[in-house]
Formats: sequence, structure tokens, C-alpha cells
Amino acid sequence: MQDKNNSRRTFLKNLSTTALSTILLSGCSSQAVEEFFQRNFRELSKSDVDRIINKLEDKYFLKYGKKFHVSAEPAMDETEFAYGLDLSRCIGCRRCVHACVKENNQSREPQIHWIQVLQMDKEKGIDFSHSNVHYNPELVPEEGHFYLPVSCQHCRNPQCIAVCPAKATWQEPDGIVVVDYNWCIGCRYCMAACPYGARHFNWAEPTIPVEEINTETHYLGNRPRPKGVVEKCTFCVQRVRKGKYPACVEICPVGSRKFGNLLDPDSEIRYILENKRVLVLKEELNTEPRFYYFYGV
Amino acid sequence: MKFLDFILESIKIIFFKGSKAYYLWIGALLLLIIWGAFGYMNQLQGGLIVTHMRDPVSWAFYIGNFTFLVGVAAAAVMLVIPAYIYDWKPIKEIVIFGEILAVCAVIMCIGFIMVDIGNPLRFWHMLPFVGTMNFPSSILVWDSFALTFYFIINFIVATYLLYCLFTNKKYNKKLVLTLVFVSIPAAIAIHTVTAFLFNALPARPFWNSALLAPRFLASAFCSGPAILLVLFQILRKITKFEISNEAIWKIAELMVYAMFIYMFFTLAELFKEYYSGTQHLIYWEYLYSGIGKNNAIVSYGWSSIAMGFIAFLLFLIPRTRKNFITLNIGAVLIYSSVYIEKGITLIIPGFTPDVLGQIYVYSPSITEIQTAVMIFSLGALLFTFMVKIAIAIIFEGYRSRNVNRLVESLT
Amino acid sequence: MKVNNHISSGTIFILLAFLLIVSVSCRNRRQTKELPKEKRAHVAAMNVNDISVPPLPFSDGIFPCTDCHAHQTPSPIKRVLNWHEDIDTIFSHDKENRWCLDCHSLASRDSLKLASGKLIPFRESFKLCGQCHGDKYRDWKVGVHGKRTGEWNGKREYLLCVHCHNPHSPKFKSLKPEAPPHLLGDIEKDQEIQTQKPRQDARQK
Repeated sequence: MQDKNNSRRTFLKNLSTTALSTILLSGCSSQAVEEFFQRNFRELSKSDVDRIINKLEDKYFLKYGKKFHVSAEPAMDETEFAYGLDLSRCIGCRRCVHACVKENNQSREPQIHWIQVLQMDKEKGIDFSHSNVHYNPELVPEEGHFYLPVSCQHCRNPQCIAVCPAKATWQEPDGIVVVDYNWCIGCRYCMAACPYGARHFNWAEPTIPVEEINTETHYLGNRPRPKGVVEKCTFCVQRVRKGKYPACVEICPVGSRKFGNLLDPDSEIRYILENKRVLVLKEELNTEPRFYYFYGV
Repeated sequence: MKFLDFILESIKIIFFKGSKAYYLWIGALLLLIIWGAFGYMNQLQGGLIVTHMRDPVSWAFYIGNFTFLVGVAAAAVMLVIPAYIYDWKPIKEIVIFGEILAVCAVIMCIGFIMVDIGNPLRFWHMLPFVGTMNFPSSILVWDSFALTFYFIINFIVATYLLYCLFTNKKYNKKLVLTLVFVSIPAAIAIHTVTAFLFNALPARPFWNSALLAPRFLASAFCSGPAILLVLFQILRKITKFEISNEAIWKIAELMVYAMFIYMFFTLAELFKEYYSGTQHLIYWEYLYSGIGKNNAIVSYGWSSIAMGFIAFLLFLIPRTRKNFITLNIGAVLIYSSVYIEKGITLIIPGFTPDVLGQIYVYSPSITEIQTAVMIFSLGALLFTFMVKIAIAIIFEGYRSRNVNRLVESLT
Repeated sequence: MKVNNHISSGTIFILLAFLLIVSVSCRNRRQTKELPKEKRAHVAAMNVNDISVPPLPFSDGIFPCTDCHAHQTPSPIKRVLNWHEDIDTIFSHDKENRWCLDCHSLASRDSLKLASGKLIPFRESFKLCGQCHGDKYRDWKVGVHGKRTGEWNGKREYLLCVHCHNPHSPKFKSLKPEAPPHLLGDIEKDQEIQTQKPRQDARQK
């Protein structure tokens, strides 16, 4: 009797699963089905990753007409990145903002900027409630103001990672906080949790003008994103894992941006931490950012 | 076999045994659902940009409704406690109707979450085993557990009790009592965990107060029973449901205690923020006095307080409590007050100004309203169906064919 | 039976609570270890005579200076020059106390001169600037002052002081800022986005 019940139960379970899957997937192509069942990036084997990357490159070619290179370069050994920003130098010219947009294939409409530059009063100091992100004078810097660019701080104690229900965002061994765009469900809990407003959502299908698209991409970084997922600064993972500086560091005309490997005592960032007056934002929240603001003069 | 009979009979009751008014009501709800569905289709096609949520205010109307409905789901079952303590006669009906309301509210909660996330088909990513669930770190995961557990318990008890009545079987008292007793801390748990969802974020000082979870519970207790209060009066009129006036007044009296505690908690929050006068006051300022020219939600903030206070007085003063007109006005007032409070005045000031001090003025778009109407109508439809089945079985004597045949053969 | 149930459910509850507490209190603490000497970027040990720099920012045809100055009589008297007006009009590098021959060598026009009199080529002008601006020089050598390009773990690219600072008028000029972010809540703009589907792609070039 028990056996009969069990076999009946198993049969019904199998039947219902098959029926359900057939109904759900009957309208989909096999590629769509495979995409749907793709697992979290951290669970994929190397051959899975290669296969997925090939499919992605094909998809991007179809969409944009250009040959893409999607890398899955892992973190370099003995590397822990940190960033320095010289508050005494930033003039608020926003060249970093737009260089980042181009390098990282951010959507132009609806507009996504990974870097937000805040204009603040010298009198009030770092006071977010009296800051302005929409400043647009003829020339910068404006008298009596200083400028504070904010992007992902790649915290050592990231609030965003703690709250993500699907583990779609995590911190890589080199310290970069990344998002798996094929795993993110778009619940935006991480956006509520980030104290720096560093995470941005694709509210609609992103638009990138084809002539400005950057085809050197990383799976976890600047590859074109789908709608409905969260994205943010990745320290230009596609560049830094090849030894290059992030785009914002290279474009800054006044040299206020510094980047390097914390484990290298000869790096600029170690020099800054050891010799300059350094501060972090919202330190009372214990996020322990890797993004250090300092005064160069 | 018997269960299949139960299902088929239930379907018959829903679709074929209604009065004109009933069918009009169902028709109206269906129209609203269809109207709302167009909005949701819009959202599926274009993405969440059709809402007015943007990066600074990344959670808004949908999550506000979700939070409110979690409170309704929790409060629905809370009535079981006084029913048990004060030994009310219709305790079984109170349990069943309360749980039916809880089940519908939880379904609506899940509905609001599904319409809010950017990739609804990917929700399985947060399940255990098939996905990569972030347990125990993410409170969202705890919330999904709590809601699922609560839903299952309530669904089982309500269905089981109705089924036993339907087949004239004696229900397993131990099982039911255990489940009902478990559902009470579960009710407290779901609303506490939902409060912790907001409380867990140090980035949002408006929510990072220790009093948030107690305030949630107090507001749930002073608003949730309002629905049942009205429902019981309707049931009393149209069915053989019997509940004494004293019991109804007792519910109102208990709501007064909850309202008082709620107002006290709010006062405590206001004192701390306004007296200490730190920068965290800015969120409360946005809510109650606006910042510069940005005063879109000030009217909501004050109307919520005003309605709540009037409802408190109406319920407190015995004369107005015992007068059914003022009682029902009070119920509507407190319900609206808490709806505005959870929907608007909880979520929006949490995001305005945002973490970088910028202000984005949010108000729901038509699409958001359409989608919300769709979900509320679906929930109302479900609630109507389940209540109709419950009424039919409990008060109109609907029984399975076997039982009817048995009864016929005996007479 | 009932007591056992309570104990087991209580234990489970306590375990769950413990899990929650542990999960929120434990964070991934990375152990900091230093890179071995052979892997470091060798910035501080950089030999300043060996750095390569991009082409010097001379105006067209101005170098070598001896093309003109070889045929002229050198005069050390502080005066207003009757050529190089483009420099004279903007000269603001401690104008009160300095003039051309404090940095430029009278005897060797194609060189600069340090306070000690030592001549240095133009491509080593940082040594001259570093005499007075020692803190900037120190920071520049490790890459903390001034724009940084190249490779963070290898060959770094250096710019001379004069690539960013006009030595005759070193104060940084204000720049026109690039476009600010769109004001959110522009409902019409969003509706425009909606109706513009399908998006720009290869087929619509």
C-alpha cells in the first residue's frame, strides 16, 4: 500500500513538473530556455562561462553590428584595490563622469551616470543636505565651492551584498563589488541599502549610440546590460585586471584621482594613506570604504 | 475524491449561486482587473520606467502597498487572541474569516512584490536549492519565508475547517489549535520582519529607528481589525452569522489601546528628531513641513495624523464607539490613516532627500495606480470568492453530496 | 511529548536566532599581506633621470631657442622684453620677485638653470620647479600629484609639470564643466523614451 502510494505520488509529481515546464517553456526558443536556466556566475564552470560568453558576443554583434570582446578575467593574485580622490584638486568639470559613461557603456536614455559630482559649500564642509548635483555654471570651480565626486566605494563591509536576496552581487577577491547582470532579479533592495547612492537601475531598455560603444568589455563590468537590472561602478574591471587605470583616473585633467594596489607598498594609494590627511564618507556607518578622499595640498 | 467534490462545489458556489448584487460586484471587480492589467502590460513591455520610481526613490507605491497589506495580513489573525481570551461565541467564524483575509492579503503582498521587481521571471534565483538564496543575511529572504509560512498555515487551517464542515467530519482539534496558536506569533513575525526590512538599512536614517518595528505592529493592530469590524457587521446583516454588539465594541476598544500606543510611539519619534535637531530631522521636515518648495507629501502627513486622531477619539468615547455610524466612520478613518501612513509617509521620506542630499519629488504614475488597482481587485475578488464559500458552508448549510445523500436517506 | 516538542522547537528557534546574529556580525576580513619586493611597482625607487615623458609643450617653432638667441647679445638686466609678448602679458609666476632669467639660463638658452647654477635640459624641468615646490615634487615623484596614466602595476606614464601648468602662468584655468545629469521627474522626457522603441541598433544605422 505504501509502495503504491509512493509510486503514484512520484508519477504525479513527474507528470505535473513536465506539464508545467512544457506549458511555461513551449513558447520559448531553446536559447531563451538555456538563458533562463543559467546559474549564478559563481557557480558556473569555465566551459559554461566560455559558452555563455560566446553567446553574448553573438548577441551583441546582432544588436550593435560590432564585434565585442567579453572577458571573464578573474581577479589578479595578491591584489586589493583602493582609490584616492584629492578633494583639494577636483574642480567639478565632470570629465570623469562622461569618460565613465563612454568606457562603461552606460545608457544615455534613460540616463545613467555612475559618478555623481556634488557641489558643496566651503563654509559648510561635507554636508550632503546642502549639496547640489545639477550645478551648471559657465566655468568651474565656482568661488566658495568645492566638489565631491561619489561613486561606488567598494566597501569592505558592503551593505548591498548583505541585503541582496539572490546573491547576485558580491565582492571579488581584489575588492571590487560586482553584479551578475544575468542573475539580478531587480528588487532594488541593494539600492535602498547603499549609503552612497552608488547603485543605479535600468528602468528601461538602455540605449547606447552605436558609434560610441566600447567593445572591450568584462562579463561583470561594462558589457551592455539588459533592462531591469542594477549596475554600478566596477573600478573599470575590464581595464584594471589588465593593469590599466580606470577611465576616470586617466581622464581627470587635474590629477585628483588615484588608484592602486593596497598590497603594494610602493603604490600611490599606499603613499596617500601613509602621508596624507585621509577621510571616508559616512564612516559612522562602518562600511569601511576603499574609496579615500584626501587633501593633496 | 471528497476533496475534489469540495473544490467542485466551491466553484459552483462562486459562479452559480450568487445574487444580482453579487454578480454586479464581481463584474465591477473584473472590469477593474482588466483596466489594471493594461497598465501592467505597459510595464512589462517598457520596463519600470513607466512608473515614477527613479534611482533616488527606488521603492515607492508598490512597496508601500505591500507593507500596508502585510499589516492587514498580520492583524487579521490577531483578533483570535481576544476572541479566545474573552470567550466570544463566534470564535470559529472569527478565526476562519480572519485567516481568509490573511490569505488574500498575503497573496496581494506577493503580487505587489512581483510587479515591483525588474525581472519577475527570475524570482527563482532567490529560492533555496534551485537558486542561490542569501540566507541568513538578507532580510528579504527571511520575509519571504515568514510570509510563505504564514500563508500556508492560514490556508491549511481555513481550508481544513471548511472542508471538515463540508463533509460533516470532526476536525482534528489538536492540529487546528496548534496551527492557530502558531499563526499568532507568525502574524507578529511577518510584520516584524517586514519592519526589519526597512530597519536594517543604516543608509536610511528615517527608518533606522529602534521604534520602527513596534510602530508597524501598533499601526497594524489599530487598522487591520477595522476591515473585519465592517465585515462582521455586513455578515451579521446578510447571513446567520451572530456576533454580539459587545464583541464588536470590544474589538473597537482594543483598537483604541493600539491607537494610543501608536500615537505615543509617533510622539516619541517626533520628540527625538525635533528636539535633538540633527541632520536626520530633514526627512521628518520633508514629511511635515516640506523642504523649500518641495512639499508634495505634507498634506498626506498631516491628514494621516488628523484622521488617526479623530478615529482615536471616536473609538475612545463610549458614546461614539457604541453608535454604529460613528464607529464605521472611525473604522474608515483609521484604515485610511494607516494606508496613507504605510503607503506614502513611510516610504517616501525614507528616500527624500536621498543619501546624497538630492530631492526627487515622487508621485505615483497612472501605470502604478492601474497595476495597484489590478492587484487590489484581484485580492478583493479572491476574498469575495472565499468568503462566499465560507458563508455557504458555515451559514447556508452546503454539504457534500455524500452527506446530503446520507441526510436524505435518514429522513 | 509536549515538553519534548517545546524543547526541540525552542532549540531550533535559538539556533536560527544564533545564525542570524552570526551572519550580521561576521564580515569577511581580508588578511593584509604585502607584495614581495620583486612584484612591487618600484615607484619610490624610480630614478628621475630615467622617466620618459610625452613631447614637451613648446609653442610651434620656439625651440631650439638658440635659433634666434645665437645671434643676439645677451643682457641680464631685468626689463620688459620686446619679443615673447605672449609670455609677458600673461606672466604671473611670482611676478613681483621673479623674471625670465631666474629660470632660463642666460649663457645656455636651450637649458634651464637651477638655483645652484647647474644647467638642466627642458625635459628635466621638474627639478627646477621642485626647488621651490618641494612638496609637490615629492608627491609627483610617487605619482600622487598630477595626472596618472599608464599601468598601475607596471610602467607608469609621467607628465612634466609644464604639461599641465603653464610655467609662466601656472594657476589652473577654470574649465567649462561637462553636462550635468538630467533633472529627474521630467515626465514628458520619459514618455518620449517609451515611445522611441525599438532602440538604436545596427539595423537602424
